[in-house]
Amino acid sequence: MSSNVITVSVGQTEAKPWVDELHQWLATVDHKRLGILYIVSALMFLVIGGVEALIIRIQLMHSHNNFVSPEVFNRMFTMHGTTMIFFVAMPVLFGFANYLVPLMIGARDMAFPRLNAFSFWLSFLGALLLYFSFLGGSGLYGAGNAPDVGWWSYAPLGARAFSPGHSSDYWTLSLLVSGFGSIGTAINIIATILCLRCPGMKLNRMPLFAWLNLVMAGMVLIAITPLSAAQIMLLIDRYLGGHFFDTQAGGSAVLWMHFFWIFGHPEVYVLIIPCFAFMSEIIPVFSRKPIFGYPVMVAATVCIAFVSMSVWAHHMFTIGMNSYANSFFTLTTMAVGVPTGIKIFNWIGTMWGGRIQFKTPMLFSIGFLFQFLIAGLTGIMMAASPFDWQLSLSYFVVAHFHYVIVGGILFALFAAFYYWYPKMTGRMLSESLGKWHFWLFLIGFHLTFDVMHVPGILGMPRRIYTYEPSRGWDTLNFIISVGAFIQALAILVFIANLIVSYFKGATAGNDPWDAWTLEWSISSPPPAYNFAMVPTVASRRPLWDLKHPEDPDSRYE
Amino acid sequence: MSTVTTSFPNAATKWHLPSRGKVAMAGLIIAESAIFTIFVVAYLFYLGKSLTGPTPRDVLETPIFYTVCLLSSSLTIHFAAKFLARGITFAFLAFWLLTVALGGLFLYGTAQEWHRLICEHGLTISTNLFGTTYYSLVGLHGFHVTAGLIMLMVVAVFGLSGRVGVEQSGHIEVLSMYWHFVDAVWVVVFTVVYVLGR
Amino acid sequence: MARNSGMKNGRKEMSARRTRSVLSRCWQIVLPPFCSTSALWAVGTDGTPNNGTNIFSPASTPAKSIADLSIFVLVITGIIFVVVFALLFYSVVKFRGRAIDAGREPAQVYGSTQIELAWTIIPTLIVVVLFLATARVIHAVQDAPEPPDAVEVTVIGHQYWWEFRYPKLGIVTANELHIPVSNPRHPTPTFVQLLSADTDHSFWVPELAGKTDLIPNHPNRMWVDPQRTGVFLGQCAQYCGTQHAKMLLRISVDGPEDFASWVRAQQKPEVEDAGAIAGKRVFERNACMNCHSVGGTPADGRFGPDLTHLISRTTIAAGAAENTRDNLRLWIQNPSAIKPSSLMPSMKLSDADLDAVVSYMETLH
Repeated sequence: MSSNVITVSVGQTEAKPWVDELHQWLATVDHKRLGILYIVSALMFLVIGGVEALIIRIQLMHSHNNFVSPEVFNRMFTMHGTTMIFFVAMPVLFGFANYLVPLMIGARDMAFPRLNAFSFWLSFLGALLLYFSFLGGSGLYGAGNAPDVGWWSYAPLGARAFSPGHSSDYWTLSLLVSGFGSIGTAINIIATILCLRCPGMKLNRMPLFAWLNLVMAGMVLIAITPLSAAQIMLLIDRYLGGHFFDTQAGGSAVLWMHFFWIFGHPEVYVLIIPCFAFMSEIIPVFSRKPIFGYPVMVAATVCIAFVSMSVWAHHMFTIGMNSYANSFFTLTTMAVGVPTGIKIFNWIGTMWGGRIQFKTPMLFSIGFLFQFLIAGLTGIMMAASPFDWQLSLSYFVVAHFHYVIVGGILFALFAAFYYWYPKMTGRMLSESLGKWHFWLFLIGFHLTFDVMHVPGILGMPRRIYTYEPSRGWDTLNFIISVGAFIQALAILVFIANLIVSYFKGATAGNDPWDAWTLEWSISSPPPAYNFAMVPTVASRRPLWDLKHPEDPDSRYE
Repeated sequence: MSTVTTSFPNAATKWHLPSRGKVAMAGLIIAESAIFTIFVVAYLFYLGKSLTGPTPRDVLETPIFYTVCLLSSSLTIHFAAKFLARGITFAFLAFWLLTVALGGLFLYGTAQEWHRLICEHGLTISTNLFGTTYYSLVGLHGFHVTAGLIMLMVVAVFGLSGRVGVEQSGHIEVLSMYWHFVDAVWVVVFTVVYVLGR
Repeated sequence: MARNSGMKNGRKEMSARRTRSVLSRCWQIVLPPFCSTSALWAVGTDGTPNNGTNIFSPASTPAKSIADLSIFVLVITGIIFVVVFALLFYSVVKFRGRAIDAGREPAQVYGSTQIELAWTIIPTLIVVVLFLATARVIHAVQDAPEPPDAVEVTVIGHQYWWEFRYPKLGIVTANELHIPVSNPRHPTPTFVQLLSADTDHSFWVPELAGKTDLIPNHPNRMWVDPQRTGVFLGQCAQYCGTQHAKMLLRISVDGPEDFASWVRAQQKPEVEDAGAIAGKRVFERNACMNCHSVGGTPADGRFGPDLTHLISRTTIAAGAAENTRDNLRLWIQNPSAIKPSSLMPSMKLSDADLDAVVSYMETLH
């Protein structure tokens, strides 16, 4: 094996005028810049969605509260859900995928850089459309109104008869537009991974990050499009007099539910699988061992992708399906827990026998494992459809999915931020601020979402702007709201860390974590062309092989 | 300064990866198939459930001729692509233009049918469930045919001005994949609407 | 209707059920004080204490089957949690990197087929067990046959109130349901048909049954057989619009005599009260009857609740306020004061008309 050392000097460039810099950012087709655009815009919407959540929690702090009117409250929970799913979670995960996938497979850029840029701007436009509804929503009296139909806009509530004005239409259009952006990104990820891997990187040598994003992208193609179809049908109903969901004309409200959840359930796997990808890269590095069971991890993920397409009606256990349908969806929903559980075991297996370093990325990863375990188990509880007949549409469900999204997805994202921020900016994030962020957020998260299961058990439905004092939910809601504020504080610490470290953080160097995938072989931040010479790999951990020539992975794979 | 250590590949090993255009088009086709599936499901679900108005049996006439046009256009585009791959640009152009003509004929047939349905039978998208699902499904397909036809015409313009050669055969193959997809969808739509639905 | 078939299936079944009911009793003791720290079991205006809305205090067979299954599921998931958490905790503590290990990498283990098989097969078996236990309850609750003497109620969901019709008894009322208590030895369940006049709603009274949705053009069916008398509370659980939060439910489970007398009272049409003629004129003149019905009078509107026996109800506006003269007056004068965006318009009556019509309402026992 011959090797050449190539030294590339990256000279100091002069400071550009800010207009040029802005233009570069707006016109970029570079996957790294687009990745950062995705991530920064997602952070912005995280704050906005978080404010909406705080408004909700203040209103619910005690019974018969009057902080906001019912109309405003209903808009808040609609916008909070829509924003967080479509304009925070999806973009930030696409952003990380965009940034890291080409680097990890030794490629110069994504397969279609201009499509990449187009997809980002479609997604951003979708977000702007949604928020424009505050100004342009009702159209009737000139005063704006955000949509207030819930993030699922169940029929017939979303029909013209029950949602006059344009609020609903902003919801529909924004999701339609950003949905096309998501499909573009998914096609790009698939084409990149299948067509641009560097020599030697066979599919079974790719980092799990690449594998899991490939599976995620495949799911996006099949899962987002049903939502697009449903949105088109809703527009036809609202504007062309169609009857898809018009119950007066014999249409079916249940059909909307099926279409929405055929999208909605795989969507949550679309969100969690890239987080599995983060965990599969971070946990090995901070345990100082390779991922336990790489082929099984791939197989389990593919299995999850397929099975998750068959579980959607567990969101519909209360709508009156017959007992055979309920039983079927109970079975498939419980079944999807098996490959998911396998992954948790494999991560623990990775830590087992390792030498764990408790840097901030690892703290968040351990938090993820603990919380995702609990979230999965409350999911199994609701998979038992009779149990779900009580728990569905209550605060138990709200607690469950926030456990997954905040306790799972957001924790994994924080880990990813702390892990890859050095690569993207060349600076380390502050470890001490990171630990403040972690502990504050952990406490706030558990205060809110552990307690939140209880009002559900005590009969508190979701999406209510107030509740009766005689129900006994006051104290619990108060505690939940306090936890929300603690989480908000933690987010402020995080943002402060991001900003301060950009200017004052320690220099990162190429490989601050002593990691093993290709992105750590180049400078931080990487040069525009990524790799001066296209790398060749002979194992799953090319940098391990380089650092340990006496015991390379390629001997064992 | 950034330092990169790399090793060069063994000259004997080959490293072949699929073409990005084909992979991307396959992805797009998968996504579009999902959208069409939802509209087909809606159509099938609502068969026989309209509360009023004309039923499929009352008003639909099987468009055999225009279907033959569209399906043959798949054949002609296939030949066009093959000829271009062999560098025979004249034959490519001839078959390509034939494809455009057949596709255009199909769209004309759809327009004619819709005109008959609307003006003679009073069936519109808002008449009843059948109207809603029929126009949406056939319309979605027609929209995809139109988009494809526009792309085919753009290539035709380039071809007629001599700019399409064997180097573009990869792109032409990708585009013909899309056209085959549109035809395959028509087979499904035709079966569901004109065969099963009546 | 699920029957107690323990005698047929032998001792194992009995002891399993006893274990489950012991566990369920434990939960009922442990959970409420832990959870409802500020819970006051509210007392209704008639002095009877209201039950809570705790899914682990079932008073009816569907709710009980669900609670029993839930305990079973909780125990299994609890065990899984303890095992996996122990593994996680152990690995975090035992395998933490120490300073003396700096620079040395641990053994690079890539996987183990046996372990993978083990933690695939065991969870699959757990899933099979859970599924079988669940499927039994699904069928028992959903496919229970309706006995011929069951009370039948049709519930029609509206924005934002509940319409109750008893087709076999000829009763129409709103928001407060009366059903007979059911003796397990001679069950008298109530079978409920669920319809909707506008958007989706969901009928949820946790201590009586799981929730079932009311979806327009999609009739649903559920049943309850409450085994103790009292008032059971619930509310709409499917977001149906602005006042979804104030679409409350009160189910009064009555002993057989009380139920019979309630039925008789509800079946009587309106009784003419000479003192309230003025109010009745106001009612008829001001388009009230476009939306409301009063039995035995020309008023037969279906858009709003039937008012024939308004005073027999404890609350008004689907639980949004107690049924007192002052609240009734405020409600008629300005519904938005009690329930903003309720679909009842403010009729803008003069004070004299308002007082008259309230007096009339008060005669509607």
